[in-house]
Amino acid sequence: MRLIIALIAGSLFGAGLLISGMTDTTKVQGWLDVFGNWDPTLAFVMGGAILPMLVAWRMTTGRQNALTGGAFPPPAKPEVDRRLIVGSVLFGMGWGLAGLCPGPAMASLSYGGLGGLVFLVAMAAGMFVAPPLGAQLDRAANAA
Amino acid sequence: MNIEWIWGLCGGLVIGLAGAVYLLGNGRIMGASGILGGLVDGSAKGSMAEKLAFIAGLVGMPVLLHPLIAPEAQTHLTSNLGVVILAGLLVGIGTRIANGCTSGHGVCGISRFSLRGIVATVFYILAGGVTLVLLRHVMGVI
Repeated sequence: MRLIIALIAGSLFGAGLLISGMTDTTKVQGWLDVFGNWDPTLAFVMGGAILPMLVAWRMTTGRQNALTGGAFPPPAKPEVDRRLIVGSVLFGMGWGLAGLCPGPAMASLSYGGLGGLVFLVAMAAGMFVAPPLGAQLDRAANAA
Repeated sequence: MNIEWIWGLCGGLVIGLAGAVYLLGNGRIMGASGILGGLVDGSAKGSMAEKLAFIAGLVGMPVLLHPLIAPEAQTHLTSNLGVVILAGLLVGIGTRIANGCTSGHGVCGISRFSLRGIVATVFYILAGGVTLVLLRHVMGVI
């Protein structure tokens, strides 16, 4: 059952990314490029995606478990740490450079050509080397 | 009149629905970087099959839909492979260090009013905007 739900969620995510135009790097870069031909699409996608999630989070309160029996995620951690800021800045730089983030990079695999595949492999490599780099940041934060 | 934003809104609602299904069904936060990253670095352990099923849908659904509803859709990714590789590495490292990307911190974090999600989103949008404007308009390299 968990697998079927995960498959459905992934399928909806892929459909939404394709419909919204977020697998088109010119739309993402068009939103980030405030000095170019500014494209507001991304804001509508974000807003549209947040609405059902607002309802979903509300529905988790007062319930003990998810449909398949597992626990809901713990409350969001409050602390903003070095990892969050440094990681988000690095991610943003890559996102601005190419106009792809992890979801669209996977969703567009079938029509993104060689470049899309190269991006995905590089991204996976980055994810593979990230844990020790993150641990190093934690040590630096503790030493400071 | 440009109606692209309507598609953006509709697609966004479907993305949010996906997140709602994953949260209410499996009790999971739908974060693309966490799902792929957990598989890549081996931290997924007990949730490997679930993550693979999610990715199968994420990659597979566009295979079916692309020819049907958007045969002209392209990624328009830069042909400069050096830029593509650098960007991929930065996105991979950054999202795992920050523990989230546009879906996890952006969609799922902001909708539960998580300070971390909001702060992450502000920083990756600012960093993306500054990087793009600098390299495109100031240096003219992308």
